[in-house]
Amino acid sequence: MAAIAIAAGAEPREASPAERALKRLVKRRGAIFGLAMVVFFVILAVAAPWIAPYDPIATSWSLVRKAPSAQHWFGTDEIGRDVLSRVIWGARASLLAGVVSVCISLAIGVPIGLAAGYLGRWTDMAISRVTDAMLACPFLILAIALAAFLGPSLTNAMIAIGIAATPAFIRLTRAQVLSVKVEDYVEAARAVGNSHLRIVLRHIFPNVMAPLIVQATLAIAAAVIAEASLSFLGLGQQPPAPSWGSMLNTAKNYVENAPWMAVWPGLSIFLLVLSFNLLGDGLRDALDPRHG
Amino acid sequence: MRFARIAAVLALAAALPASAQTLRIGLAEDPDLLDPSTARTFVGRIVFASLCDKLMDLDENLKIVPMLATSWEWSADGKALTMKLRPNVLFHDGEKLDAAAVKYSIERHKTIAGSNRKGELAPVASVDVIDPLTVRLNLTGPFAPLTAVLTDRAGMIVSPKAAQALGEKFNTKPVCAGPFRFVERVAQDRIVVERFKDYWNKGAIHFDKVTYLPIVDATVRLANLKSGQLDFIERMAPSDVPGLKDDRRFKITKAVEMGYQGITINISGNEVAQKSPLKDARVREALELSLDRDAIVQVAQDGEGLVGNQWVSPKNPWYTKSMPPPKRNIERAKALLKEAGVTNPSFTLMAGTTSDAQRVAQIVQAMAKDAGFDVKIQATEFAVALKLADQNQFDAFVLAWSGRPDPDTNLYQFIFCKQPQNNAGYCNPQVDALLNQERVTIDPAQRAKLFEQIAGHTLKDRPILYLFHRHWIQAYSSKLSGLKPVPDALVRLQGLKFN
Amino acid sequence: MGRFLLHRLAAIIPTLFLVSMLIFGLQQLLPGDPALALAGEDRDESLVQHLRAKFHLDDPIPVRYGYWIKDVLRGDLGESVRIQKPVTELILEKLPVTIELAVLAMLFALSIGITAGIVSAVFKDTAFDYVANVFALWGLSTPNFWLGILLILLFSVKLGWLPASGYVSPFEDLRANLASMVMPAFVLGNAFAAVLMRHTRSAMLQVLTADYVRTARAKGLDERVVILRHALRNALVPVITLGALEFGTLLSGAVLTEQVFSIPGFGKLIVDAVFNRDYAVVQGVVLFTATVYVTLNLLADLAYFAVNPRMRG
Repeated sequence: MAAIAIAAGAEPREASPAERALKRLVKRRGAIFGLAMVVFFVILAVAAPWIAPYDPIATSWSLVRKAPSAQHWFGTDEIGRDVLSRVIWGARASLLAGVVSVCISLAIGVPIGLAAGYLGRWTDMAISRVTDAMLACPFLILAIALAAFLGPSLTNAMIAIGIAATPAFIRLTRAQVLSVKVEDYVEAARAVGNSHLRIVLRHIFPNVMAPLIVQATLAIAAAVIAEASLSFLGLGQQPPAPSWGSMLNTAKNYVENAPWMAVWPGLSIFLLVLSFNLLGDGLRDALDPRHG
Repeated sequence: MRFARIAAVLALAAALPASAQTLRIGLAEDPDLLDPSTARTFVGRIVFASLCDKLMDLDENLKIVPMLATSWEWSADGKALTMKLRPNVLFHDGEKLDAAAVKYSIERHKTIAGSNRKGELAPVASVDVIDPLTVRLNLTGPFAPLTAVLTDRAGMIVSPKAAQALGEKFNTKPVCAGPFRFVERVAQDRIVVERFKDYWNKGAIHFDKVTYLPIVDATVRLANLKSGQLDFIERMAPSDVPGLKDDRRFKITKAVEMGYQGITINISGNEVAQKSPLKDARVREALELSLDRDAIVQVAQDGEGLVGNQWVSPKNPWYTKSMPPPKRNIERAKALLKEAGVTNPSFTLMAGTTSDAQRVAQIVQAMAKDAGFDVKIQATEFAVALKLADQNQFDAFVLAWSGRPDPDTNLYQFIFCKQPQNNAGYCNPQVDALLNQERVTIDPAQRAKLFEQIAGHTLKDRPILYLFHRHWIQAYSSKLSGLKPVPDALVRLQGLKFN
Repeated sequence: MGRFLLHRLAAIIPTLFLVSMLIFGLQQLLPGDPALALAGEDRDESLVQHLRAKFHLDDPIPVRYGYWIKDVLRGDLGESVRIQKPVTELILEKLPVTIELAVLAMLFALSIGITAGIVSAVFKDTAFDYVANVFALWGLSTPNFWLGILLILLFSVKLGWLPASGYVSPFEDLRANLASMVMPAFVLGNAFAAVLMRHTRSAMLQVLTADYVRTARAKGLDERVVILRHALRNALVPVITLGALEFGTLLSGAVLTEQVFSIPGFGKLIVDAVFNRDYAVVQGVVLFTATVYVTLNLLADLAYFAVNPRMRG
């Protein structure tokens, strides 16, 4: 991004753009809170086997839908499993779904977007038409159809969400490339006879990364919700393995007599999504000083 | 301030009943085609109960009683059923319901494209009009389940004039001889019917209008009943029963379903079955012994169900009492596994994505684990599960059957060799012979003995592990009275009224 | 302008064509046998065969696509298998419901989102700004099906103020209609309001530092006049065009909202059809929404173009 280079030039002290971006990030309390929460959930997910008080899939016929108590802080579910343990383990599915599906989107979307933006002409035409077509189908519907096509499982939900979210990344990358490719340093690189691949990887890609990072962080938030939505419709993580979305799917049948089953997983989704949103906002402000 | 006023107005609007003589029924699903020939879903039958009268009906004890046919008689060889029709019955379009109309309807069921009745009526070879009020069904051979079949959609008589005029579009404006006539339908939203003034039994009808509203979510359905938006809901969630039981504004009716909940096991001997430890009958027995049916009913249904081990419930007159459900016995199960040489058998349990099916699957998984089974649950979308089941591409499958009044229709197509729904791939010539015999035996006592012999085989071979029978739970406003709880769980409007 | 319009129009046709292929391919590749799924519990064999033949299920996919697209080009989207009703009729029946929901949600979102956006821009870095931002984050981060469940629990189950679900036509009973729409519109509008608030805020911040606003202020105009007459008018153009682009998001949201509140609209139609393998419905509805989306996109582009002629392609 050109903006970073310009801003760097205006500063009196010499500091790398990344360093300065980090400084701006740290100044934003919201972003730090978001980051802290994300780290918290990551720790929860990684350390689930040690933190969780019970086995998340251990059932107990005498503990069906018991309200929160000293033994079971978040209560128990419809077949007597500890909700707290399931919420802790469920962080794995949600984080995994968020991160992996966005990685899929990036892995497909960025090269295609680079190609479309850099090569232009009919490549761009063809890619843009397909992107438009995919964007014209509502995101969740596309994801539902894909997930149904692939069969219900966490992996397939991640693939479905990843593919459905790809066009947004193609579009963003392409737009960034279009604005970067006319910059002097790219022209210069071309003039000295660098290969296309080298120009794209060395000169263009690093300069389109900042907005991609921001978009990716926000996309993780959207993907976490999307995974929960698919699981809510029965197309995501499969039982007995816990996922917040599928916990909500079951819980909705008992809202009246076991509301705790719905409250905690929902709250967890909310907090995790909130954290990624805060982090994404902070990153955007840090990487693009013109914003906000 | 303004918001508070709006809220108050809205609350008032919600509290007002739509009309004193309109009955509003909440359905658990949106029905499919409203044509008795092509209709496919259980929920559709609830709507038909107001639209289309049948030749025969069921009473609370599953006895077959007269409706449009006042009496009937089997020929000595069991190959013909002669029915006397009720006189002076009119269709909603004013046409007369006579023997010719019955002949037309039965033939229509058997011939029109997309009919779902062809299989049920397959034994009916021809229909003779003897006089305007007498009709005879000629069969290819004796067929005991026939009268039971006629208590369902196959026994619904449609107006020939309307059916001819509308053709394939008959479902958009069904014309029958039921207590209510069709008014309108908005897909996924509502079906409205109004009182038919010339109904033959109009004295028993106390509503001007009935509105059926499909509301899939059980919690939401119940909330609508509580807020007064609905007068009646079908299939209430068992977990909601305790909350409503003590509420004097509402009443709850329960009936044990005619169908069953169970696990179909692939014993077809194909590649998939060969790899499954369940191919060994001892392993299947061990699986059954690892299950605690009482606990399953308690947990999966909040106790709202009846433990069972046969294709009809223990309360059904056709149940074989000499073979009750086995008690859980982990020691014996382990011993059987040892005997079969598999100490850690692992298989995949396919279950629909609905929470009901998933709950049963997870409970079975946890219980079987105690005996050493490693059960993997494979949640499968309904459409996919049916296909896999049809091709015998599964180890075990959590299956629910909504049930029919005749025991044969809960059994024959599931275990007779090579029948389309025999997903277990079960083929036992002795059982097939007994089934063929049972179908042609009209005498109930003799027939019951044949079913007992069948049970002797199938409960040992275990192509299907029958687990329990759910309660159909219906809840309704205490202002309503006169409801007959028939196990088929249809909402019969005859006699039902607001106090 | 003319060339730009033509160029844009020309791009719509291949896009929609691709959408039709995409959704058809995806649908037809779905596993499971639609004939079995539709045949119901009894699965009468002759019925299964009848369904297979009727929907050409034994033909290869390109051939089936040919059958379908031929009808589509003649304006016939086919027929729902489940209830034998033309898809066009179903769309016309469901459209008003979803439009009402979307419009109410939009109204809610516009009134809350834009107000909050203005307030937080004008009072930047104050408590107002802070509250508005928290609200926006809440809106963006709440899974709307969860919010729906909680609202039903509170307002219908516990308090009994609002009907938990269902839909009443406004022509039949306007009060009941609004009562049934309050919660869904709020749930659906919630996230949208957040998006609008953010756009309004940044657009306002930009405009407030623009020369003509400074000039207006320098002329000694009342601050309220400056903000409402000068700043807001200019800030709203991009906000509203962005609103059109968010239509797709709104529809995605409607899918779950309608599911939770059992509202018989588009979203419910599609989800039920996907699970029931009612191909014609899924294909028809998606193609229709795509057409609407693409058209709205075009209009948004035109609006942008009209405001800012430098923006091209």
